[in-house]
Amino acid sequence: MNSSIKEIQDEIIDEFSILGDDKESTIFYIMELGGKLPEFPEKDRVEENIIKGCQSKVWLTTKEENDQVHFLADSNTDITKGLISLLIRVLSGRKPKEILDADLYFIDKIGMGNIIGSQRSNGLAAMIKQMKLYALAYQTKQNA
Amino acid sequence: MMSLNVEKIRAEFPVLHQEVNGKPLVYFDNAATTQKPKSVIDALGNYYKLDNSNIHRGAHTLADRATRYFEDTRTALKAFINAKEDSEIIFTKGTTESINLVASTFGRKFLKQGDEILISTMEHHANIVPWQMLCEESGAVLKVIPIDESGEIIFEEFEKLLSEKTKILAIVHASNALGTINPVKEMIQAAKKQGAKVLLDGAQSTSHLHIDVQELDCDFLCFSAHKLFGPTGLGVLYGKRELLEVMPPYQGGGEMIKEVSFDKTTYNEIPFKFEAGTPNIADVIAFKKAIEFINTLGKDAIKQHEDALLDYAVNALSEIKGFIPVGTARDKVSVVSFNINGMHPFDVGVMLDANGIAVRTGHHCTQPLMQRFGLEGTVRASFSVYNTQTEIDQMVSSVIKIAKIKNK
Ligand SMILES: Cc1ncc(COP(=O)(O)O)c(C=O)c1O
Repeated sequence: MNSSIKEIQDEIIDEFSILGDDKESTIFYIMELGGKLPEFPEKDRVEENIIKGCQSKVWLTTKEENDQVHFLADSNTDITKGLISLLIRVLSGRKPKEILDADLYFIDKIGMGNIIGSQRSNGLAAMIKQMKLYALAYQTKQNA
Repeated sequence: MMSLNVEKIRAEFPVLHQEVNGKPLVYFDNAATTQKPKSVIDALGNYYKLDNSNIHRGAHTLADRATRYFEDTRTALKAFINAKEDSEIIFTKGTTESINLVASTFGRKFLKQGDEILISTMEHHANIVPWQMLCEESGAVLKVIPIDESGEIIFEEFEKLLSEKTKILAIVHASNALGTINPVKEMIQAAKKQGAKVLLDGAQSTSHLHIDVQELDCDFLCFSAHKLFGPTGLGVLYGKRELLEVMPPYQGGGEMIKEVSFDKTTYNEIPFKFEAGTPNIADVIAFKKAIEFINTLGKDAIKQHEDALLDYAVNALSEIKGFIPVGTARDKVSVVSFNINGMHPFDVGVMLDANGIAVRTGHHCTQPLMQRFGLEGTVRASFSVYNTQTEIDQMVSSVIKIAKIKNK
């Protein structure tokens, strides 16, 4: 069994707490995480996959394997890529219900709003919403 | 020419003396809005503490005093741009409203099907959209002057676009996104030969350049107080008397009328014809302090200081691997627009902010200009009279660190 959503969030909170208050190193770290996202297929970099409400461009696709939802994402900015990589780390490879029920407290705990500013915070909320919408669609299908 | 005592100037700007993200604030977003000297901030408070009253109406002492101070600012602005008379200075909400005023009064009255409005590729959206709206309504046609790779207007192309069909040339004096100073004197002369009226968007030029509307012979000049060390939400429309007089009013209401009856209303004289309703009295009065601040330092000394900062910044930044300048015109106000190879401008901006450095990132309300260069946006550092070489050193060392991420 993988770590739970809670365990992964706590792991992330620990990682960020090591960085402390230094905003610059935190941002460098987020960008580094973005660089580790798996390659996003060029063919999926299309308008339909763009998440509305993000200042920077974010593409998100999903697939279902063994009743689990997997996310792939990309962005034209490295910081946004880093942010979405955190969401993917927490939410990808989970059952739809787990995703829908997830309380993503790590975002506040690591002080994300302060790090990324209010415009990007709205973008982050849009990403979470989109991920949950996908989960809802899969759940509806599985229950059908 | 005396060189400026920058430390003394900085002492007049309270906002500069703070830390952001644990670093001393370096404010390089002056093209978006400048900071305010203490004299302006105090004048705002003092107006409400001592003089608050509605103007041009009451017969009491406070009203008289407020009216006098309000009109004093108009007189100061007349001198600031060398208009012929006070009544050619109209108070608006800002550059944006000034341009809209001209488009919807002068434009609606005098433009018809097939007439042409000429703008340039480097216009701010505020000097594009009002004309597009006017074109839609009147059947006039919008023409756009191309620019070259350095961000300069291609003068021959401009001349080719000019014809007797050209009714308005609306052109930015200094570009907010690139810094380019356009050859407006020559452009105005050429436009006048075809009988066109000329509107100058002076949002970025009035704080840096000496402006003489009579010498330039422009018909309209638009600018914003907040980019000139003055309060936000306040601007100026300068217009030649003979034009302002034949233009219909912009909005209807109090102040702008001579007499109202249900049968017929007659309008007030200029400038009041264009200032319907209670104006932004406090900010207008405080704006005078901003003009005095500039006049005391002198535009020449300001420009000299800013030019030195610009040269210093461009030289240092150009050494950095991955630095891509955007806009390299020969004649520029103190704006450096750039990108870092392989990085999104937004990310660069966030990282600079983490170091206490405030710059603007994005399209700078000039999307067609960004499209011209095939860019999503740029990072823009814009300098003002209170900035220093030390601050530029701080930015340069941050940019070096940031650029290294993608340019090893
Ligand atoms: C060149 C230019 N024109 C117009 C404007 C609009 O000014 P305001 O928003 O003060 O109306 C700006 C401000 O960014 C500008 O830089």
